[in-house]
Amino acid sequence: MSAVIGITFGNTSSSIAVATQDGKVDVIANPDGDRAIPSALSYVGSDEYHGVQAEHQLVRNAKNTIINFRDFIGKSFDEAETAAPYHVGAPAVKTADGKIAYDIVRDGNNELITVDEISKRHFKQLKDAAEDYIGKEIEGVVLTVPTDFNEHQRQQLTSIATDAGLKVLQLINEPSAALLAHLSADEDRLLQDKIYVVADFGGVRSDAAVISVRGGVLTILATAHEYGLGGDKLDEALAEYFAKEFEKKTKVNPRTNARSIAKLKAESIVVKKTLSNVQTSTCSIESLAEGLDFHTSINRLRYELAARQPLSEMTSFVEKAVAKAGLDNLDIDEVLLVGGASHTPKLASNIQFIFPETTTVVAPALDPKALNPTELVARGAALQASLIESFDEDEIKESLQPIVVNTQHLTKPIGIKDAEGNFQSILVAETAYPIKRSIQVTNGESASVVVELYEGKRTIKETVVEAEPVSDEDSEDDYSDDEPEVKKELVYEAGSKLAELTLKDLKPNSKLEVTVNITQNGTLHLSGRELKQGSVAVKGEITSA
Amino acid sequence: MSIVLPSLSGEKSETFTAVSKFSAPVRRPVEPLGRYFLAHASRTLRGHTWSEFEKLEAEKNVKQIEENEDDDLGDEQQSEELLAHDPREWKSADLYAVLGLSHLRWKATEDQIRRAHRKQVLQHHPDKKSASGGLDQDGFFKIIQKAFDVMLDTTKRQQYDSVDTNADVKPPALKSSYDFFEAWGPVFASEARFSKKQPVPLLGSSDAPKDEVDNFYSFWGKFDSWKTFEFKDEDVPDDTANRDHKRYIERKNISNRKKLKQEDNKRLIDLVERAFSEDPRIKQFKEAAKKEKERKKWERDSGSREAAEAAAAKKAAEEEAAKKAAEEAANAKANSKKAKEAAKAAKKKNKRSIRGSVKDVDYFGDAAKADVIEADVDALIERFDDVQLSTYAAKVKDANADAVKTAFTEAVAELSGAGKIDTAILKYFV
Repeated sequence: MSAVIGITFGNTSSSIAVATQDGKVDVIANPDGDRAIPSALSYVGSDEYHGVQAEHQLVRNAKNTIINFRDFIGKSFDEAETAAPYHVGAPAVKTADGKIAYDIVRDGNNELITVDEISKRHFKQLKDAAEDYIGKEIEGVVLTVPTDFNEHQRQQLTSIATDAGLKVLQLINEPSAALLAHLSADEDRLLQDKIYVVADFGGVRSDAAVISVRGGVLTILATAHEYGLGGDKLDEALAEYFAKEFEKKTKVNPRTNARSIAKLKAESIVVKKTLSNVQTSTCSIESLAEGLDFHTSINRLRYELAARQPLSEMTSFVEKAVAKAGLDNLDIDEVLLVGGASHTPKLASNIQFIFPETTTVVAPALDPKALNPTELVARGAALQASLIESFDEDEIKESLQPIVVNTQHLTKPIGIKDAEGNFQSILVAETAYPIKRSIQVTNGESASVVVELYEGKRTIKETVVEAEPVSDEDSEDDYSDDEPEVKKELVYEAGSKLAELTLKDLKPNSKLEVTVNITQNGTLHLSGRELKQGSVAVKGEITSA
Repeated sequence: MSIVLPSLSGEKSETFTAVSKFSAPVRRPVEPLGRYFLAHASRTLRGHTWSEFEKLEAEKNVKQIEENEDDDLGDEQQSEELLAHDPREWKSADLYAVLGLSHLRWKATEDQIRRAHRKQVLQHHPDKKSASGGLDQDGFFKIIQKAFDVMLDTTKRQQYDSVDTNADVKPPALKSSYDFFEAWGPVFASEARFSKKQPVPLLGSSDAPKDEVDNFYSFWGKFDSWKTFEFKDEDVPDDTANRDHKRYIERKNISNRKKLKQEDNKRLIDLVERAFSEDPRIKQFKEAAKKEKERKKWERDSGSREAAEAAAAKKAAEEEAAKKAAEEAANAKANSKKAKEAAKAAKKKNKRSIRGSVKDVDYFGDAAKADVIEADVDALIERFDDVQLSTYAAKVKDANADAVKTAFTEAVAELSGAGKIDTAILKYFV
């Protein structure tokens, strides 16, 4: 096992993972046995609690428990939304130099802990957990960051990790890491040219990215962020439902007492997680308010109704991201759900509903083989860490230069016309230069053929699906849906003609190869040849506008 | 199902026509992760083209295959004969073949030996054999263990390698035709492993320079071999009962080793001598040396040679001149004779025409006096010299009677004026 790991550091939870020799990834559990380690630290007396133990302190010791601090890294107090309602635990305060800190009581003394310091302590905990698991010193780490982290925040995060004794090999974007983990699960997936939406529903924020995968190279087309939307919203909805139930039963309002709220919330989280797997769950809270116990049971449907608002917000959030990329839902080949809230079956089915049938939604509720969405990002980071492990620092730095990373991308698909006049794409849009693709074609019965190179024109084909004839006797009572179903389909048609190439003197049904190659400097080379020994290729080149 | 291309309609002369430009690209950052990005980065940074990159990838694949090849180590099948070999006579068995390393032999590394041994043990362990029915079949296993002991002990292995003739490359048969370098190269390459001094100069190719070849033969001439022949020793009995016998055997072994070593040295010396005698390069060098010598000699006596040359040239020139003179004389002689004949013929002709001219003009109308006229003409002709003859012949030719008559009267006057003729003998032209 290599000594380089991937760490994903989230607002709500963090994960660590390491790639094993055989290309698999182990997600490392901390000493508490958690793989999704809550990003929380709590101080009781002289003790420091971390992870789940710290999270439990939110009920009793909220003033000394620090959580949701990741987004504050590298930000000043005035920039950050510290007062947002979703921020629980110890309140953030402004330091003398305008930074963000937490004022906690430790061992009877007041202590001001800056965000950097608390992050450093968190990293140290993660590092210890990883070292315990691997049994070696950690040599390097790949960290993930949200796509909206700016350069200053990235530098700050790197220096914090370095202070904690972790050598940062590379910072990578969370959605790309998640997608890499998903793609690497199956070798073929990486080479399929598809457009993905990676929707990450965390605890207190949601992120989405539209990513095109072309020949194994990932390009982010658009990103969207929503603060405050996340798993906590679902918990709140559920807690509100329980509070109403409790009020109905006991006429006592549990929402007035902070401790009661904390208890309700903690139980809601458990119930939410249970309902992701089974249809009904019980909820029992001892001494919820005024010494009264609360016991009830809830089924999935009721939960989904209670949480309808945040769930539909999440669905429209995904649509928003697609729209931001200037694409249609039809363009999306797969939607990858990431983050804890993705376990919710209703969320997955809602998202599936807004996309056409051809789009696959990857979530554990729909696909039992899907990787755990909470672990995806860490897995991706671990994979990347093992990939770049053998390179030295300069080489990594060199390959992150703008000249390497910023690449020309093809804007429209390029393909040829077949005998029926249909457009057959060879190069898909959003492919990074340089590109080389070839396809095998045949000449049919004709002795000479023409290879016509076209640019694809995107059209949406609408076909009306005939309503199935209703055979049931009692169906007459039902009002029939008059509106016929319209099936939409994305089709590329041949647009403007780019070039023409002729191949002559062919035997019937011989195999031909058409190769399109766009070089780094943007010249397109088209060549066609017969697939046989000693055949001479016909070649030509065109440039871009 | 593959895509069918549309057929060509109408005649087209050009094979490629560019119609328009494709849409301008958009510059976006790609995500710096995954191995395809690393490939992209290396293509961009190192300037590898696709094919170069593929080439590098392909090279990597080849290396992997080579590593995998090593896994087949020790999978060689031993011959029936070897499997049935008497373990007491283990020394006579091919120990490398026993371990399944007969393709590597002295080149096998310790690691390879260990791995091969493990495989052999798995296959030939007596437990395995008895499980498959046969009992007491540990003979070959004993040999494997012996072989392994020998191979792992550097001294013992050297001793075995010294007598492992299977690894030797035989020199080409004496009475066969072969390419010198092809046949002898491997022989020396194989013998080289016994040298105490490494690296050993190898035979090289036909275009090797002289000093290299000289170096090669001088090295092999005083080849220092580490070959030892302990492996061929007769087992020394360890019973203490017969000490004399033991010592006898020991002495015998030592002398035997010495003898074998001498034989081997002799063999090697013969080998090198034979190669030397057959080496085309040596012949070439000898020839080159001979030519060089000749050239030097040539240069040394260049003075006397020049004098001799000059004398010869002079003689030749003289001969030439004499020959030329003789030829000219002969020519002149032949020419004068011809001219004389021609003159004679012309004279005859002139005489005939003068004589005939009177007859042609009917004797000036006096046919009765024909005899007299002819006698006169003959007398005139006899007295004409060559010049006069040709002049008068021209005058009388095709002339009428008067002209002929005046010509003859002129001739008479001229001749008589010169005193060549006595007009008394003339009867007609007076």
